[in-house]
Amino acid sequence: MSEGCAGILPLEAEALCFEAGGMRLIKGLSFRLDAGPKTVIVGANGAGKSLLLRLCHGLIRPSSGQIRWLGPAGGDPALRQAMVFQRPVLLRRTAAQNIDYALRLRQLPRAQRRERIAEALQMTRLARHADRQARVLSSGEQQRLALARAWALRPDVLFLDEPTANLDPAVTRLIEQLIEQIHRAGTKIVMTTHDLGQVQRLADEVLFLHRGRLVERGPARKLLHAPESEAARAYFSGQLYW
Amino acid sequence: MTDVAEAARQAVAMIVSLDPDLVEIVLLSLRISLMAMTLATLLGLPLGACLAVVRFPGRQAILVALNALMGLPPVVVGLIVYLMLSRAGPFGVLGLLYTPTAMVIAQTLLIAPIIAALSRQTIADLLLEYDEQLRSLGAGRWDLTLTLLWDGRFSLLTPLLAGFGRASAEVGAVMIVGGNIDHVTRVMTTAIALEVSKGDLALALGLGMILITLTLLINAAAYLINDLARAGAIRPPRRGSRRP
Repeated sequence: MSEGCAGILPLEAEALCFEAGGMRLIKGLSFRLDAGPKTVIVGANGAGKSLLLRLCHGLIRPSSGQIRWLGPAGGDPALRQAMVFQRPVLLRRTAAQNIDYALRLRQLPRAQRRERIAEALQMTRLARHADRQARVLSSGEQQRLALARAWALRPDVLFLDEPTANLDPAVTRLIEQLIEQIHRAGTKIVMTTHDLGQVQRLADEVLFLHRGRLVERGPARKLLHAPESEAARAYFSGQLYW
Repeated sequence: MTDVAEAARQAVAMIVSLDPDLVEIVLLSLRISLMAMTLATLLGLPLGACLAVVRFPGRQAILVALNALMGLPPVVVGLIVYLMLSRAGPFGVLGLLYTPTAMVIAQTLLIAPIIAALSRQTIADLLLEYDEQLRSLGAGRWDLTLTLLWDGRFSLLTPLLAGFGRASAEVGAVMIVGGNIDHVTRVMTTAIALEVSKGDLALALGLGMILITLTLLINAAAYLINDLARAGAIRPPRRGSRRP
């Protein structure tokens, strides 16, 4: 197996475009994501970060261009991915049932489901909330539960769309630790953020989007400290650039 | 004024003493409207769910038609059912005209669009929230629909109760197809209409009180149920919760 291959990875995007309401929002993106490094997609509001994640995850179809999963794993690649959204969407059930719901959709046998639920709740420190209604949990707990549910699926790839955008620093740190833990367990992390501190703490490689285009890509350290493009330079130094 | 006061006194006395005529009429009304609500739910809920979840050509037109049907004039429904069930009509051989069954059919046709349109709205709102997450988890159309129906079950009671309220308060359709026959097809609304024209205000007023109380109770129930549903949804997180 060549480097960067694991499960369904690598992912290859070719001339990816997305239009809505006559506007071109994603403009001809081509890139390849390999297994391994944590990939962080960075850019200003409206740069197309969330759209790009949704395109990769298959929630929306590209207007033109292609997404291909080139890895050795067979079967439906959609079943080997998971996504955590900016605002956690939890079902009107208990915390444990929320995870169980996801596992049942993947048709896991009951014993295995129970094991995974306990493990996921343990890891996200939600074990004592297992039987509470998910929607009365605090927003930090809700996001942890969303992460627990995604992790319980043991995905090859985990997409996270600004997972800490509305959370306080302590919860943000906990979520970041969990993301590291999931990464170490072998899941590819692809996330968006516009928290530069988070980029510094988490990112191995950075994709910088500007107005729907992939302007620059490279190792996190390089982009943070010596970006090549003017747009990235302005963004990382905290200036507005239009 | 004294007439009205006397009628009100008599009405209360009839209710308190459970006057057999009054009880019979109330029970028949409830039976017919509950039956109509059940049938209309069986028709309307799947239709509403389908319109909320599935996109197909002509869906917009159905939505517009459904919303228009919500305001269907009861007398027109009564007339149509009458024409269908009358001797000369296509279903005349069944001999259903002037029976409680005919009244159930009329009320069902009247409230099925209401239940379909309102439940579609409820399910569509929930879908907006759940759609991406459930598709991300790998749910197909069928899983999605069942999940929406289950998770929206409390909110979905509101459309059903709205349908029941409309059915039990309606007079035009059941008057035409039921005929307001004493001990057979006389329900609260038709009895009120008749007793008022006869000048027997006591029974009319008594039935009116029961009908209003019923409407109030239904609305209170709808309100409580919605409140309950929302409690699971947007109750603020506990403040200062203990941390070990």
